[in-house]
Amino acid sequence: MPKKNSMQIQFSSNSSNESFARVAVAAFVSQLDPTMEDLYDIKMAVSEAVTNSIIHGYENREDGQICIKCAYEDELVSIEVIDKGKGISDIEEAMTALYTTSIDEERAGLGFTVMQSMMDEVQVFSEVENGTTVKMKKSLGVE
Amino acid sequence: MRIDFIMVNRTLVVILEGELDHHTCVEIRQTVDREYQKKRAKNLLFDFASINFMDSSGIGMLMGRYRSVAICGGEVGLFNVSPEAERILAMSGIHKLMRTYTSKEEAIQALA
Ligand SMILES: Nc1ncnc2c1ncn2[C@@H]1O[C@H](COP(=O)(O)OP(=O)(O)OP(=O)(O)O)[C@@H](O)[C@H]1O
Ligand SMILES: [Mg+2]
Repeated sequence: MPKKNSMQIQFSSNSSNESFARVAVAAFVSQLDPTMEDLYDIKMAVSEAVTNSIIHGYENREDGQICIKCAYEDELVSIEVIDKGKGISDIEEAMTALYTTSIDEERAGLGFTVMQSMMDEVQVFSEVENGTTVKMKKSLGVE
Repeated sequence: MRIDFIMVNRTLVVILEGELDHHTCVEIRQTVDREYQKKRAKNLLFDFASINFMDSSGIGMLMGRYRSVAICGGEVGLFNVSPEAERILAMSGIHKLMRTYTSKEEAIQALA
């Protein structure tokens, strides 16, 4: 029997929802009985994407909405983090390690690098003024 | 997030308990900077024993503390770092700016 399931959550762009988002996705993925390491990787990637939506997409305003779609089919987990914030004009530049637009905010510019190293695949779709979608995939139990 | 402090010589030991993300780092930054000034400390030493999650916001927070401590001629150190936290520390290259010690005693001695 193939294992197949999906879920979707939506929440306000309030920074206290960063931990909520991590825990919610982890609880869903836990149905697959993943290793602690895989679960930690997924929490990291979700945390990075949601934090980016809050601080960059919505520029720390709390009236935005963030949607997470999560699904799995057998051991393949896919996660989408969607915001309707200000968008990214140059995605390639944004994904460069150590690149950040928050110079006075103590940011390392590592978020996308972390997502790429924790997940097997990271795709970014964005339109200025229209928002950003980060799509990530990870096969559980694969080194 | 729980933040406790111990002052040993001129080193302010910061004991963190919880998860290091953007939300909690805002509070940590304010609380640690205030205590560092109040105690006229030189060095900052973070006890990571009870940190059960850290993302790139934690790296930004540590780099920020490094900058302000370096101005006062001090150093930043870490100890009790878990393998999970070590992965992102290594990825960030922050070890060039601050050392990870195996114990509090070793750190206090090195920073004295
Ligand atoms: N959802 C988003 N909406 C708008 N801009 C974004 C979004 N996500 C990322 N960016 C842009 O891409 C840049 C790089 O993101 P990345 O997460 O790699 O680094 P950072 O968030 O600046 O720093 P760190 O993640 O280390 O705290 C950001 O500085 C920002 O300009
Ligand atoms: Mg980021």
